[in-house]
Formats: sequence, C-alpha cells, structure tokens
Amino acid sequence: MNAVTVYVPRDSASLAVDADAVADLLMAECARRGLALNLVRNGSRGMFWLEPLVEVATPQGRVAYGPVAPEDVAGLLDAGFLSGGEHPLRQGLTEQIPYLARQERLTFARMGVTDPLSLADYQAHEGYAGLRRALVLDGDAIVSEVLQSGLRGRGGAAFPAGIKWKTVRGTQAAQKYVVCNADEGDSGTYSDRMTLEGDPFMLIEGMTIAALAVGATRGYVYVRSEYPHAVATLREAIRVATAAGFLGDDVCGSGQAFHLDVRMGAGSYVCGEETAMLESLEGRRGIVRAKPPLPALQGLFGQPTVINNVITFASVPLILARGAAFYKGYGVGRSCGTLPFQLAGNIKQGGLVEKAFGLTLRELLHDFGGGSASGRPIKAVQVGGPLGAYVPASKWDVPLDYEAYAAMGAALGHGGIVVHDDTADMAKLARYSMEFCAIESCGKCTPCRIGSTRGVEVIDKIVRNQNRPQQVKLLRDLCDTMLHGSLCAMGGMTPFPVLSALDHYPQDFGLAAPDRKAA
Amino acid sequence: MALSDSTTALGAVLAKWAQEPGGLLPALHEAQELLGWIPPDAVAEIATAFNLSRAEVHGVITYYHHFRSQPAGRHVVQVCRAEACQAMGADALLAHAERRLGCEVHASSADGRYTLEPAFCLGLCASSPSVRVGGRLHARLTPEKFDRVIAALEGVQ
Repeated sequence: MNAVTVYVPRDSASLAVDADAVADLLMAECARRGLALNLVRNGSRGMFWLEPLVEVATPQGRVAYGPVAPEDVAGLLDAGFLSGGEHPLRQGLTEQIPYLARQERLTFARMGVTDPLSLADYQAHEGYAGLRRALVLDGDAIVSEVLQSGLRGRGGAAFPAGIKWKTVRGTQAAQKYVVCNADEGDSGTYSDRMTLEGDPFMLIEGMTIAALAVGATRGYVYVRSEYPHAVATLREAIRVATAAGFLGDDVCGSGQAFHLDVRMGAGSYVCGEETAMLESLEGRRGIVRAKPPLPALQGLFGQPTVINNVITFASVPLILARGAAFYKGYGVGRSCGTLPFQLAGNIKQGGLVEKAFGLTLRELLHDFGGGSASGRPIKAVQVGGPLGAYVPASKWDVPLDYEAYAAMGAALGHGGIVVHDDTADMAKLARYSMEFCAIESCGKCTPCRIGSTRGVEVIDKIVRNQNRPQQVKLLRDLCDTMLHGSLCAMGGMTPFPVLSALDHYPQDFGLAAPDRKAA
Repeated sequence: MALSDSTTALGAVLAKWAQEPGGLLPALHEAQELLGWIPPDAVAEIATAFNLSRAEVHGVITYYHHFRSQPAGRHVVQVCRAEACQAMGADALLAHAERRLGCEVHASSADGRYTLEPAFCLGLCASSPSVRVGGRLHARLTPEKFDRVIAALEGVQ
C-alpha cells in the first residue's frame, strides 16, 4: 500500500492547541497498525476554530478533519480517515469549505497547501515565477509594475509601495537596504506571523525583487520576539534559499548579490513604527525619528532604504508573475488588490479571510465569522489594531477600503478585526488604549508621553463621575492635542479608539446622549 | 553553569556581535539566552565590547520589555492582555493566574518557581485567550485548562 499523505499544521496557533501531540500520536498509531504515512507539517489554512485541522490527500482532493484533539486520533483511524472516511470531525473537501471557497486568495494562495520549507513545493505552486520575470526586467520596469499595480503599504499606513521603491532606486549610494517590518504588534493581527511560518519563501522572493529593483545588496527582516516559531522558520527558509542560489552573492546567476538576515525585536510595540524600527536595528532604544529625512533617502545606517510590511513584500511576487493589471483588477477605487482580513476576539469562526477591498464588516462578521463566540450580540468591533477605531453596528455596511474608512475617522490598518460582545465596557477599553499608549510610548514627544498618562486619569474621573462634563471636554481636548501634535501614529492614533468609544457608546462613560452633545 | 564557563561563553557572544552593524540587540538576546537575565557585571562587559558607556547599554536593556535586569522564576508565565484576548476573558484569566501561581503580575512567586508577566499579543488572536509558559504556547484557555498546564509543569519537576 502506498503511503497516505496527511497534513498537520505547524502554525503557532495550531501548536498552541496541541498539533504536535496530534502529529506524534498519528505517527505512533499508524506505525502500530502497520499503516504507511507521509506526514507533512503545513502552514495553517487560517480557519482557527478548526485547528488542529488535519487533512488527508485522497484521489478526490484533500479532506479536512477538525478540530482534532490527541484523543481523537485512534477513532479517526478506526473510521478510515486515511481514505477520507466519515467521522463527526469530517469537514469535507478542504477547498469546498465555504469559509475558504468564498475567499479571493492571491497572496495566501499557498497558505496551508504547501510545506513551508520545501522549495520544490513552493515552485510547484507558482513560487519564484515573479523573481524569474523580474530577472529579465530592468529596475525601472520592476518599479513601474509595482506602481501600476496600485499596491499600497499593508502595514497600516497604506503608502504606495512603488513610490517608495522609485525614490530609493533614484537615490545614489554605495549601499542600499531592503528592510521588512515584521514587528506585527497589533492585537487581532496574525497575517505576518502566518506568512513567516507558513510561506516564508514568498516574503524572501518579494524582498529579493525589491532588492533587484532598487539596487540593494543587503536586507533585514525585523521580527518581534513574541514570534519565536516565525523567527526559526524564516531563518531556516533563508538557509534553504541561500543554499539553492536564490539568495547570496549571485542571485539565480544574475550577477547581483542579495544577503538577507533576521533580526529579533525585544517586546517594544512602537518599534513597529518604521523609524523606531531602524533605531532598534542599529542597536539603540527604539525612539522614533523625526521625518524628514525620509527613510527612502536616509534610512538604515543613514543609507537609502526600502521599508515595507511583510504582506506588502509578499504581494509582489504575484504582481510580477501575473502582471500589474491582474492585481489591480481586484479592489475598489484607490484600494487595489486584496487584504488578508483577520477575524479575532469574540467571534465564532475566527480566522484569515483574504478578500478584495470593498466588502463590508457585516459580511465578514456574519457570513464568515458566524457571529460572536459567546452567542451574545456583537457590540463593538475594533478595526485596525489597538490604534484603530471602534466601529458600531450602524457603520458595518461601509465598504472596507482605505478611503471610506478614513472618511469616517477610522483606519483599516493592518487588517485586524477584534470583536467584542455586549458585555464589553467601552470606557474600560478606552482607558486601556490610553494605558497601552503610556506603557509603549517611546517618550520622545510630549503629547504621547504625557498625554497618555493624563488620558488614563481623565477617563478614571469620568467613570467616577468626578466633574464629568468638564472631564469629557478635557478628554476631547487632550485627544485633539495627541492627534495633531504627536510625532508618530502611536500618540497620533490612540485617540481613535478613545474617541470612537466615547462617541458611539456614551452610556458606558455614564453619559446620556444630551451630555454627549453638550460635550 | 559555572561562573567562569558563562563568562567565557558571554565573551564569545560579544566577540561575534561587537563588530557587526547594529549588533547590540542580537548580543543582548544571546546574553539573556545564556544567563537567563542580564546581570550588572555583564552590562559592564557588553559596554566595553561595544565601546559604549554602561549608561547607554543600560538604557537599551531597560527600554525593551523583553530584556531582564532581574533574574526570573524557573517558569515564566505570560498572559496576553491585548484586546482580542480581553474580548474572551483575559482579565479574569490573569486574575486566576495570580491566585494559582501565588504572585501578582510583574512579580515572582515567593518560592521562585513562577514569574507572571503580561504579554501584549502573542499573535493567537483568533484562538484567544492565550498564554505562553516557557517556550510553549497555549490557546483557547479557560481557568481549568490553565490549571492543567501548570499541573503538568509541576509533574515534571
């Protein structure tokens, strides 16, 4: 009998629910029963309520079972799951699970499908097709392709990637750098982590294309220390890619060098801000730099530097492989392509949903998420990480695109969506936003450093009803100062969650609607 | 590890990183990996190797939450306090952890067995609440599951 291929994910979120124990038991039990098994540790498909999601390759396609606990393994084998047999945990053909079938997986097309560290698997699934095309183009043509695709920075700021690349390309310097910001600190986001753990060659390929485009020979990936599995997988992928000639002194025989290293952060949220990250990479405290000069002109070690988020770089190989027009065919207005939305918090079916821009929060929460995990009504949804606004139900039909969200004083950020049910206390969450800013502020500018601490105190007074109307006015005034006077998004966006909580849920602050108007 | 061994090992770490551009953070990571924390003696040695003042090295160590200026308990327990975990009961889980481990957050238990810390996002936001104990991640935690994780640690001691 031929060995049956079985997939057990190695994603952190799977490991955190005993995927290793499931894999070990499966091997042991198959050995005991004399069944031949080819075990592949794939990335996650991103349906986290089903993790560990075990898949079996059958002639009809891959069949999914989940969530599989170690104690389910013997029963699954009894039920003949190696040939796709019936079992209460059977989810059917993976590709036909509605949650996956309804997505538009461009960047995440390989996620959970391939072995993350197999170059052969990667190339069998369109991997390195983008780099091969880039190798026959000159730098201007690569930059032009990225510009035309409309790709904007996926870290949160949504700045057009092609413009950054063009600036770095046009600057003369002996040494240029390509730096990937993988300091994914936003609560509710994990798409960078999934990429590093589940499809690291895609990031390496994207960064290599950037290096060819701008003439950089060195690159760094700055990964947060909270992601040890991601660091380990990426380091191994770099080793494999270097050994195969995709990195190193002579990338694919092109005569161009590109060396890539991983650097680990150390638990500072503000190091996700690009200039603080550069300081950290240079070995200093992660203090935000004033701009100008732009990092594209004077970035890492004072040299011209392309800085993009993991998902931005990861989007590039497909843009090169299939052309800018293909990518631009997805999305709405100036929000081109797809965004991996990440459903998190109190949601029944939490996971990664890659869709073109323009769908609505309501579709994500109900059609994909299936409502709250607790079964209670959803009260508030924080979009775009800890610096993103709380979006009330009345705004759930606004299309998810950069401009529409900016117009309502919110931001898509890195695509994190954190759901809270009706037990959430919005005054407490607003206080937490200020507290988080106080803990994580780099301390360089006053509005952020002092404002956040004063913000905690003022919210405490509002909640205690200590001269409430005056304190509400003070909080708004303080938020105004932080919004307009902070050096970076840390202090500059902390007012988003605070003010949206105050505006949309005044009752949680002890305010009635008229008080809100008076304030 | 005997003191002389760890001193030699630290010397090797510093020799590896001191000439590397931006080598201070990787050196601190490896030093902490080696020693469990970054003691004052090591600060002096690191400063000398990098041609920095002790104040500069101290400034970097204390800026980052990850680096320790005090030794930790045998097991470091980190409970995620970020929004996605809060939405699924992280505050109650943290309070439970304080009772179970016998120490407050940011402190160690009297017997030196546990250090309890907050984490701000472990990236398991769709499987919240989550905890890291030593090098292991645990998601979809309840107080009961938390107790089982801790009991398993005590079983292997």
